[in-house]
Amino acid sequence: MGSNMAEAHPVGFQWVMEAKARGARVVHIDPRFTRTSALADQHVTLRAGTDIAFLGGVINHILTNDLSFREYVQAYTNASCLVGERFEDTEDLDGLFSGYDPRTASYDASSWAYESVPVEERPGGRAKEQAAPYQHGSGGPPMEGGAQGIARDLSLEHPRCVYQVLKRHFSRYTPEMVERICGVPQDLFLDVCRAWTANSGRERTAALVYSVGWTQHTVGAQYIRAGSIIQLLLGNVGRPGGGVFALRGHASIQGSTDIPTLFNLLPGYLPMPDVTHESLAAYLDGVRRPGQKGFWGNADAYTISLLKEYWGENATEENDYCFDYMPRIDGDHGTYRTAMDMVDGKVFGYFLLGQNPAVGSAHGRLQRLGMANLDWLVVRDLTMIESATFWKDAPETETGEIVAQQCRTEVFFFPAASHVEKSGTFTQTQRMLQWRDQAVEPVGDQRSELWFFHQLGLRLRRRLAGSTDERDRPLLDLAWDYASEDGEPSAADVLRHINGIDLRTGRTVGGYTELKADGSTACGCWIYSGVYADEVNQARRRKSRFDTGPYDAEWGWTWPMNRRVLYNRASADPQGRPWSERKALVWWDAERGEWTGHDTPDFERTKPPDHVPPAGSSGPAALRGDDAFIMMSDGKGWLFAPAGLADGPLPTHYEPHESPVRNLLYGQQASPVRKVYGRPDNPSNPAPPEAHGEVFPYVFTAARLTEHHTAGGMSRQLPYLAELQPELFVEVSPELAAERGLTHLGRAHVITSRTAVEARVVVTDRMAPLHIDGRVVHQVWMPYHWGQVGLTTGDVVNDLIGVVADPNVFIQESKVLTCDIRPGGRPRGSDLVDYVEDYRRRAGITPWTGVRIVTAGGHDGPGHTEGDPWEGPS
Amino acid sequence: MSRENSFHGPLADPAADAGHLGHPPRMGFFTDTSVCIGCKACEVACKEWNNVPEDGIDLLGMSFDNTGMLGAGSWRHVAFVEQERPLGRQDAGLADLPTGPSRSEAAAETVSRALPVAGRGGGDLGTAPVHLGFPSFELPGAGTGAQGRTEFRWLMSSDVCKHCTHAGCLDVCPTGALFRTEFSTVVVQEDICNGCGYCVSGCPYGVIDRRPDDGRAWKCTLCYDRLRGSMEPACAQACPTDSIQFGPLDELRERAARRVAELHGAGVPEARLYGHDPGDGVGGDGAFFLLLDEPEVYGLPPDPVVPTRDLATMWRYAGLAAAALLTAATAVFLEAGR
Amino acid sequence: MPPAEFRSYYGRPVLKPPVWEWRVPAYFFTGGLSAGAALLAAGADLTGRPALCRVCRLGGLGALLASTYLLIADLGRPERFHHMLRVAKPSSPMSVGTWILVAYSPGHGLAATAELLPAALRATLPGRLLRAAGRPAGLAAAALAPALASYTAVLLSQTAAPAWHDVRKELPFVFTGSAAASGGGLGMLLAPVAEAGPARRLGAAGAAAELVASRLIERRPGLVTTAYTTGRAHRLRQASKLLTLGGAAAALTVARRSRPAAAVAGLALLAGSVLQRFGVFEAGVASTRDPAYVVVPQRERLAAAEGERSGR
Repeated sequence: MGSNMAEAHPVGFQWVMEAKARGARVVHIDPRFTRTSALADQHVTLRAGTDIAFLGGVINHILTNDLSFREYVQAYTNASCLVGERFEDTEDLDGLFSGYDPRTASYDASSWAYESVPVEERPGGRAKEQAAPYQHGSGGPPMEGGAQGIARDLSLEHPRCVYQVLKRHFSRYTPEMVERICGVPQDLFLDVCRAWTANSGRERTAALVYSVGWTQHTVGAQYIRAGSIIQLLLGNVGRPGGGVFALRGHASIQGSTDIPTLFNLLPGYLPMPDVTHESLAAYLDGVRRPGQKGFWGNADAYTISLLKEYWGENATEENDYCFDYMPRIDGDHGTYRTAMDMVDGKVFGYFLLGQNPAVGSAHGRLQRLGMANLDWLVVRDLTMIESATFWKDAPETETGEIVAQQCRTEVFFFPAASHVEKSGTFTQTQRMLQWRDQAVEPVGDQRSELWFFHQLGLRLRRRLAGSTDERDRPLLDLAWDYASEDGEPSAADVLRHINGIDLRTGRTVGGYTELKADGSTACGCWIYSGVYADEVNQARRRKSRFDTGPYDAEWGWTWPMNRRVLYNRASADPQGRPWSERKALVWWDAERGEWTGHDTPDFERTKPPDHVPPAGSSGPAALRGDDAFIMMSDGKGWLFAPAGLADGPLPTHYEPHESPVRNLLYGQQASPVRKVYGRPDNPSNPAPPEAHGEVFPYVFTAARLTEHHTAGGMSRQLPYLAELQPELFVEVSPELAAERGLTHLGRAHVITSRTAVEARVVVTDRMAPLHIDGRVVHQVWMPYHWGQVGLTTGDVVNDLIGVVADPNVFIQESKVLTCDIRPGGRPRGSDLVDYVEDYRRRAGITPWTGVRIVTAGGHDGPGHTEGDPWEGPS
Repeated sequence: MSRENSFHGPLADPAADAGHLGHPPRMGFFTDTSVCIGCKACEVACKEWNNVPEDGIDLLGMSFDNTGMLGAGSWRHVAFVEQERPLGRQDAGLADLPTGPSRSEAAAETVSRALPVAGRGGGDLGTAPVHLGFPSFELPGAGTGAQGRTEFRWLMSSDVCKHCTHAGCLDVCPTGALFRTEFSTVVVQEDICNGCGYCVSGCPYGVIDRRPDDGRAWKCTLCYDRLRGSMEPACAQACPTDSIQFGPLDELRERAARRVAELHGAGVPEARLYGHDPGDGVGGDGAFFLLLDEPEVYGLPPDPVVPTRDLATMWRYAGLAAAALLTAATAVFLEAGR
Repeated sequence: MPPAEFRSYYGRPVLKPPVWEWRVPAYFFTGGLSAGAALLAAGADLTGRPALCRVCRLGGLGALLASTYLLIADLGRPERFHHMLRVAKPSSPMSVGTWILVAYSPGHGLAATAELLPAALRATLPGRLLRAAGRPAGLAAAALAPALASYTAVLLSQTAAPAWHDVRKELPFVFTGSAAASGGGLGMLLAPVAEAGPARRLGAAGAAAELVASRLIERRPGLVTTAYTTGRAHRLRQASKLLTLGGAAAALTVARRSRPAAAVAGLALLAGSVLQRFGVFEAGVASTRDPAYVVVPQRERLAAAEGERSGR
């Protein structure tokens, strides 16, 4: 669901095909019939942006018909926990949860807490500015006193227990409602429900796969929560053949969140310090509350080891391990905020490393206008991508908005070495690190990123040598001493430092449990600790599954601790026995007094299943023998998230920011906490209850093709790939083609309030219209790989998309919007600007369109615009 | 049992027939199109390994196929077929949607109509349809669901040179550039080929072709160089779903028979093998297929025959005609002599 | 456009349309012409028709040189023509044909060279030897000429192109007939009426054979015939038919008396032969461009085989 696995992850899809060959039923739920659908047993067409309604329907089906895996749910989820009395559900508040502040469009989550857990009130506006919830990452949010026991009702009957709250919350997500919202006929929907539930339980498991089709929404995080709830209810987490698979966007994107390129995270999902953290202790208290149980309880060891890795001997207990050297965030520094700040003249320099925002980011136009307003821009890429050439050939040069002679940005292009020209690791979608050796020497001036940054560090430090300015200390004190191989810093040595080193012996540590909070260990990323255990590059292992068993234990290395299935303690029952022989993964070996099995047990090895921690314990020691979810602050899988999310403890169906229809479930139309940027250069198409939605009557969604790579920098330049998908096209159903007079292989243009793009028309049965609450809704799909350079060129599809984001992780809503489509080419030159302006006029679009985000209960909330947009429509 | 004929009919050991002694087993491909995901990795891997040039950056409008066909510049070709019919028990999820009639045929028609004026009648790789669509016609029942399409399937299939037991290309090659390898595959020697073009017309599958800029004939070599180095062909290695399987032909034939039985058992009665039968017109293919529809739907001939099968007849009739000519030429003078 | 219902892959050709262009049918014509001329020359030589002998030897040589050029120029790598001589392959009519041509050319070349010998050299020893060798050389060429005239039919039939392969029995007669007609035409065009009797008769006989065999092709049942009876191939062959028919009729009538008439008739036969070759060539090309010619007959064949199996 939300994944075109066969096309976007063809190599991984081989396992789906293998499972199918062994009798697994494959269901593909997606707005269009893709190469994945072609190989699935069942395809379900749904309206883009309505997955929570669908998943909520499945949850309701499970709960109404009592189809959950009861013992699992009781033992390993928080179903029995009682929610506090102050909590009010969306059912009570017309689509809002308790704690909503319309002024900041954010929640104070304190009323969502468990009954017995004291929580102070915490207005959410600030958290929303920093994507704070995401900072809790895999750890779950801090929860004070979690170890002291939470009020529970194991019978799951108490009206305020999570199970009952869940039941009430989703009670109106009926098959009829799913049909009306998603356009999925009831029979088809029930087929999916039956297949899912019939293939779950003690003897069987079902896996759920998603990709960016789920994440790139204003409610993306809640999509995944909804899927996780189903998997928890059905006992499909921590068990073989189960799970929620997040297929990442491309090679090593998993790696770039583990060791992040994100503004608000440090390696291993430690949060980036913010301006309120005046000391290391204050920071650590923000990560884990005193007394909290679970492995986040050791965040001090992880953080101090990281600081020791950064600043080496200069980091001492006396100077708080150089914690003050860490930059602090004070707001949203995400990519879209930054692009707007560039437009507004607040940013002077920009590094682009293997990224092509002129094509690959939502609202490419905003990106380009931002980049055209810098002092300098560094682009490191394999070829001259659009983000390096925008100043002379952007679409805005056609319209006259960027003039090459006047563009002030100085662009520095550095040719980059490709993945075969350097050694290093990829961290793949399954958290597996795989080492690759250098195959060929880079040509000419091409250099690896590692070389570039190592050199940049060396040269900056040389420039600053002797400086007495306090602000230069962090750079001058860095431990910048990697071993070198043929003049290049050794990637293997970097991986060794990431693994962590016992500073007393100088040898690598065996895993994160060996990390210390006393400064005696250094570790670049605690979750990767163990990848260089025993001084061996474990990521370089290549022992086939035919030699090591089905879990490929010696093929690469998977974090954490080479565990292939997270939370696999849940594959055994509370007493430590496999739920069934068929589905045995790890179990308690009473004789030897340890956990054992086919995978590395995700549990303290010798803690017996019946262990009850003594009162007053904290951290890992506070985990019971049946607390399978060892990272969570209560040891349980969360059906209901009492904290940690900006947009509610439970997934709720909200319409996308741009939608052709009114929310049928609540007065609240779209996510009440989505991040909007009301600016003249970031217009939104109107959505109900706003008027003039009919100007953009169709649902638009964009995605990738197998044949191209994201923004095309690595594929449009290659003849063998360019010829396979040689031209930008737009897929429409036969019905929409008839409605708009579009012809197969003819030309058409797609229009939003941002711009219009031109493409060849592909009329295909793979697209189908839907009945949405009594009217026919058409969907339009485009691949987004094209730009103005390369062997095949075309309009930038991402220019159609405006910027509006999820409040948890700041991801843009690029998988669903509204549009119009017309036959023939788009206007050229400055006529295009007038043409789009005309559409905006007809749709009555102003900076206030789409930003009055509270619509529940007849509210007329404030518009969330930026500063002083222009005074009314022109 | 009659003597095995080198020109047609079943032939147990083509390599031996070609004079190889103590050769390895016959190697080939079994392409199981029922698991092809249309990723085209085979096309790219083949081009990378064999240095096959790019051959046209044109949108063809043939579903996701922008390669068009096999040829000198494409030794693997993934066909994409969109059809208004079900695939086994697959549920395309169209029932009860407000659909109108299918346009799969109409889209194919758009391409088909443009071909006669295209290069070599569309016989050139990557021939772009020159006629950009025609006005859409009325769609009765659109939006009512009354006459709506409810079935759909999307077939994908990676085509390749068949490495026939009796290879038309090899038979007609006048220079010996085409030869039968010790693996019983058929390979062009690029240093010998003089571009006479005969093989192009000799192939009953339309596989081999001449490169206009280079003048020589090219086709899949079944990665002869890799085979000699004990590696599997690039396409098979790149195929993520094992749709392309490489191995000794005997093994592949057994595997294929099992797979067909399996699919029949799973409610896919349309699964059938193509090119596996040593009794067919080319003596069986070294590269054979599991298809889900008639071969012609994928652009394959339903009953190919190696032209050489009829060679004896041809020479016989040519001999008769020659004799007649000689007789006539003599007669015209004899008459004159009288 | 074939009417039959059939399925295909977006109407794309199943077979590769030939890469051969005009040079190949032109070669068929010149090769046939040379063969026909060689036969006439040999007969004329033996029966004392020096003028006929001379024009046929020289005309045949011209045709032979043209053939050689066409054959080589049509290659993708003409500089590698000699690779044809690496092997002798019975399964490749092109290889067989190359060797026929190799065997045929010296004889015809020698005979023609003898005709070209300037008067001053005739009396010299080499000149006398050459003239003496002229007859056996011409006879040797004539002996091979029927093979040269007919192998090209096999060359076309030994392909997967349905319109060529399916007419494998008729095509040799079309081609040898056409060769005879063109040879006769040449003789009528260039030789005096008095000596051209055999040329007229050979032309007429060849034309008759060609027309009959051609008619047989057109009457063949099945879709493939359509490739001959429609389109460009049809137009070329219709014109060929008229010219050949006219040429032959004239050969037997007016050409016996009038030199201009004989020349016109000869030209008509020559032109008819050219058009016939191009017509046949076009039919084959057309049958590869339209997948119907491949799919429909093969389907019918499968259905028939199926019927036979179930009938037993």
